[in-house]
Order: sequence, then C-alpha cells, then structure tokens
Amino acid sequence: MISTDIAIIGAGPCGLFTVFEAGLLKLKCHLIDALPQVGGQLSEIYPKKPIYDIPGYPSILAGELVDNLMEQIAPFNPTFSLAQRAESIEKTDDDQYIITTNKGEKIKAPVIAIAGGLGSFEPRKPPIEGLSKYEDKGLYYMIRDPEQFRDQKILIAGGGDSALDWTIELADIAAELTLIHRRSSFRGALDSVEKVKSLSESGKISMITEAQAVGVLGNEKLEAVNVKMKNGESLNIKVDSFIPLFGLTPKLGPIADWGLNIERSAIEVDTYDYSTNVKGVYAIGDINTYPGKLKLILCGFHEATLMVQSAFKLIYPDQKLSFKYTTVTGVSGFNN
Amino acid sequence: MEDNIIKIEVEDRSGELHLIEGPTDMNLNLMEILKAHELDVEGTCGGMALCASCHCYINSNHQLAEASEDEEDMLDQAFFVEDNSRLSCQIRLEKSLDGLKVKLAPVSD
Repeated sequence: MISTDIAIIGAGPCGLFTVFEAGLLKLKCHLIDALPQVGGQLSEIYPKKPIYDIPGYPSILAGELVDNLMEQIAPFNPTFSLAQRAESIEKTDDDQYIITTNKGEKIKAPVIAIAGGLGSFEPRKPPIEGLSKYEDKGLYYMIRDPEQFRDQKILIAGGGDSALDWTIELADIAAELTLIHRRSSFRGALDSVEKVKSLSESGKISMITEAQAVGVLGNEKLEAVNVKMKNGESLNIKVDSFIPLFGLTPKLGPIADWGLNIERSAIEVDTYDYSTNVKGVYAIGDINTYPGKLKLILCGFHEATLMVQSAFKLIYPDQKLSFKYTTVTGVSGFNN
Repeated sequence: MEDNIIKIEVEDRSGELHLIEGPTDMNLNLMEILKAHELDVEGTCGGMALCASCHCYINSNHQLAEASEDEEDMLDQAFFVEDNSRLSCQIRLEKSLDGLKVKLAPVSD
C-alpha cells in the first residue's frame, strides 16, 4: 500500500500544480491517472496547441506547460500510478482514505484531491444498438495481447493511428482482416497509411472505405457487423472479433458513485477551500462546479493553492500554518 | 427582429424541436450557442476541432464554409457520420445562417 498526505486523482495541470503548493507546506502527494502519461487533456488532446492565458506566458504549447510543471514539482518527489483508474474509496478507522485502482493498487491518504478534469479517458464506443452486450465476446476496444486474435476473422474500424497501427500488426496474425473507414483518406502517420495501402493492394487485408459500421448481429457471441456504404449499399461482414478504434473520450466514471454532490457531471464544492460534501475530499479544476465557475487552467491553479491550505489544517489540526512567500524562503524540496 | 440575432431550429436526440436565438456579433460558434441553451452537447475540447463531441447534422440548405481537413479528421472519430455532418464548434454564427436547421448526432453512453 502506498501512503501519502494527498492522493490526487488526475495528473493534468491542476493535479500536477497541487504537488507544488502541497510541497511548500511539506505535504507529500501521489497522483493517479487513467492515461499512461501525465498532462491530462493537454497531453492527450492538444499537446501542440498554444495556450495564451497562463499568467506570465504570452504563449506556451500545452505540452511545454506540462513539461514545465513536471520540472517545477520535481523537488517534491511526487509518485504516480499511471494507466490506472481510481475505482473506489473507503474510509479507515484512523480517519484516512484508501483509494483502490482498477489494477488493485491501494493508496492511503488523509486527504483526496479530485483533479479529474472531464473524467478519465476511455475508448470511444460506437452508439450501435445492442453493441455493449458483446464486450469481450467478440468486441474489443483495446488490444492487450495480439495473440488472442490469431487465425480469427477481424474487423477494425477507424482511420487514425491506432486503427492503422493495429491493422499492420494484426495483418500477419489474423486469418482475415478487414479495415473499414468513413473516408478514402486516412489521418494517420504517412508511412502507416502507405503500409496499409500496400497490404490492401497485395490482398493481405481487405480495405473498405467510405463505409461505417452501423449494426451488429450475433447470439452469445458477436457474429457479424453490418456495414453501410456511402453509396447506400449495406453488407454484413462475418467476424470473430470487431475492434472499433475511434480514440478516447473522457467519462466521469466511478467517481459518480462516491457519495459526492454532483451537478451535471461536475462535483459541487465550497469556494472557501474547494471541499466537497465529503470531509477530506476536495475537488479542483474542470471537474468541480460552483457559482461563477470558469473551466480555465489558471483558475484550477488558484483552487489547488487554496485547497492545500485547508488540507494542511485538516491533517494537522493542532499546528499553526504561517504563510510564506517563495520569494522569501525559496523552494526547498524533499530529500527522499 | 434585431439585426444581429439569428434563429436556429435544433432537433435534440429525443426528436424534440427547440427554436433558439443567437447573436452574430459575439464571435460565437454553433457549439457554444447550443451549450448556452443547455442542449446536450459535450464540446469537450472547448471548440478546437479536437474531440468530435459536438457532432451535428445540418438539415437545411444553408451555404456553410466547407469543413477543414482538421474537422474531417476529427469527424473520423465520430459515429453515424453523414454527408451533412459537421462539428458545431467549427460553424461561426453569421447572419446568413438565420433559419439554420440542426440535429444533434447520437452519442454513446
């Protein structure tokens, strides 16, 4: 079990900056994030986009801001559970929380800061009627072990890098592989596009463009996918496995079941200290809501700063906290 | 009607019609005005054509600027994309769009 002062759910800009402000108060942090990398939306959705409203930076690329934050918090030795989703929280007898992730990791802390942005990033699922009952029964949104698809009839849908990369990888493993895509052009890396085209020309895979999966057929297992062509024709493709790869989208997920007051997918907080209705649980950044809320990184930084002051008082009720400026005291990190 | 206000007819996912109004002089896009009227549009990325969560269908014959390559790329991540599919965040509210008919595209749970 990992033990820390503040367990931060979400390693986006707001979660990362919390480590800095907590560190100034000698509080240690552990971050949990569903994505395999830090930075949240900034890394996943728009790393190359400039941001213009970070004070002191006329313009900074989202990816650079994440790199800078990592540099800024390095002295405070944050620890991470990445590619893991926080599933549940339980209260212990000594007034602490234990967070359990979907991979079974446990993090114990007196304070939880939910900095979950729009939720955890999960595969985008096609809204095809009856699709969900085939999950893991012929329908896969993720490929953990390519070998599970050996000698199968596979249908991959999508036009981005992951659809192209997996088409290339699975072409040798599958008995038959079909790639369907809405358009005739692909948005993936150029050499992957070329490779997929040559696989298709040599007959190794079938490529159906200007087509979309619109229906599924099967009983216990998925048996066929109904595909609609742009010209109006429709056909059923027999499959052992259907792999839709349409990128990731954020979902609030299990946090919704933690007894927090939630309004329209956002957690209600008191703007005094960004505390939720559950003592010891705070919510900062895009995931919270209060009158006048603006979903801005700079507002999240402010919220994180005030939140850790309150967290300190909760963890050390008998200690007096005297506020110090970094310009006076500098930043002294942790030694281990 | 004031010069700078246009009317838009929106069909939500239950088929209900909403007649909404939007100003053309505030540099707003269609996604923003849909959200402002509390219609169920996600707009996750905030309007950068980076998430496809504001996918809609244009059901009137208004002449819109063509979708950029970025928008087409993002539409690849949407579902049930039709010839009249657009990302609403990429449509700026302009006078010429008065009477626009929009239908919200299906979303997954």
